[in-house]
Amino acid sequence: MREREDEWTGLMRSAISGDSAAYHRLLKAVTPVLRAAARRGLARAGQPVDQSEDIVQDILLAVHLKRHTWDANAPFAPWLFAIARNKLIDSLRRRGRRVFVNIDDFAETLPGEPTAETAPASEVAAQLRSLPARQRDVLQSIAVDSASIKDTATKFAMSEGAVRVALHRGLASLTAKLREQ
Amino acid sequence: METDQLIRTLAADNAHRARPVGFVLALALLAAAPVSVGIFFAGLGFRPDVMTAMHNPFFDLKFAVTLALAIPAIAISLHLSRPEASLHGWVWLLLIPAGLLVAGISGEMMLPQRLPMMTRLVGSNSRTCLTAIPLMSLPLLAAALIGLRHGAPTRPAVTGAIAGLLSAGLAATLYASHCPDDSPLFVATWYTIATALVTAIGALAGSRVLRF
Repeated sequence: MREREDEWTGLMRSAISGDSAAYHRLLKAVTPVLRAAARRGLARAGQPVDQSEDIVQDILLAVHLKRHTWDANAPFAPWLFAIARNKLIDSLRRRGRRVFVNIDDFAETLPGEPTAETAPASEVAAQLRSLPARQRDVLQSIAVDSASIKDTATKFAMSEGAVRVALHRGLASLTAKLREQ
Repeated sequence: METDQLIRTLAADNAHRARPVGFVLALALLAAAPVSVGIFFAGLGFRPDVMTAMHNPFFDLKFAVTLALAIPAIAISLHLSRPEASLHGWVWLLLIPAGLLVAGISGEMMLPQRLPMMTRLVGSNSRTCLTAIPLMSLPLLAAALIGLRHGAPTRPAVTGAIAGLLSAGLAATLYASHCPDDSPLFVATWYTIATALVTAIGALAGSRVLRF
């Protein structure tokens, strides 16, 4: 446990100093832990555990966008778990309220409305569709087609800098949309 | 989008560096300060005898109290902008302004006074105090909340309340140079009520806007 957390701290330090591979490894390493925590949280709240992936992605986005609040001299795990707990509580609350609203306002529910919450990890993808075209194209190119920033720049005849800006803005607005939903 | 795809995307954005929260907070407060100062000069201005008042230790004490509130509140709010932060070990900083007030009140008690205690407490300017401090706080409070939004406060209402203390402390520092009442009893009563009001607004606003 201790060893694993020290490893995370080391990876995060490398990530902050510009090592994207270390960052990738770190996110891969923490995801199963976050997933297990999300499933436990859902189970305890009496909600279907197959929704855990949306929560995991929510946490990962927050970790990414708030990583400047991590103090490189502090261990990484307490910071990560604080973000994760916060996001988990938020989504459980949101889901709880949504269930309540659905029961209460049954008549107002549009027929044929997609039951998005039941499918695993659908929320990020759904919000992706509502992004401005350029941000969406860049995100899709990197996420789904696993193109590099360079390839994406060539594909859309953009500069690499513009791709980076669109990528970051896209991730930020995705997160904002997830929070507001 | 699968989680692996999301992770790849986040890693691709690793080069992006966000500014530290302290920097954004400072920038926001500096941008809002002229608004509060503008309100001050448009509606209040320095008290006419400000040059002689400066030699009165009870006049100076007001600035010590308000700054002893604003500066620790800035430090605490920055601390709380980190998700794993707890208030433990930080709250006592907020006792400094209270301690200064208690010292001031006891000091005043020991000196012979021309005015009775209740007259000093009620003062001549309490209504202005109760409107001016909250009014001049609001631009600073908005700025503080914008700055702290850049952080990751996991206790949004508490962080918002501290932002309220911070902005009330700064606004009260401005107001103190207009306020003709120097008695620490007046400060302890009316400044505190005004500050409490701004703190409540901050907590309420914070619980909404500081969630991330």
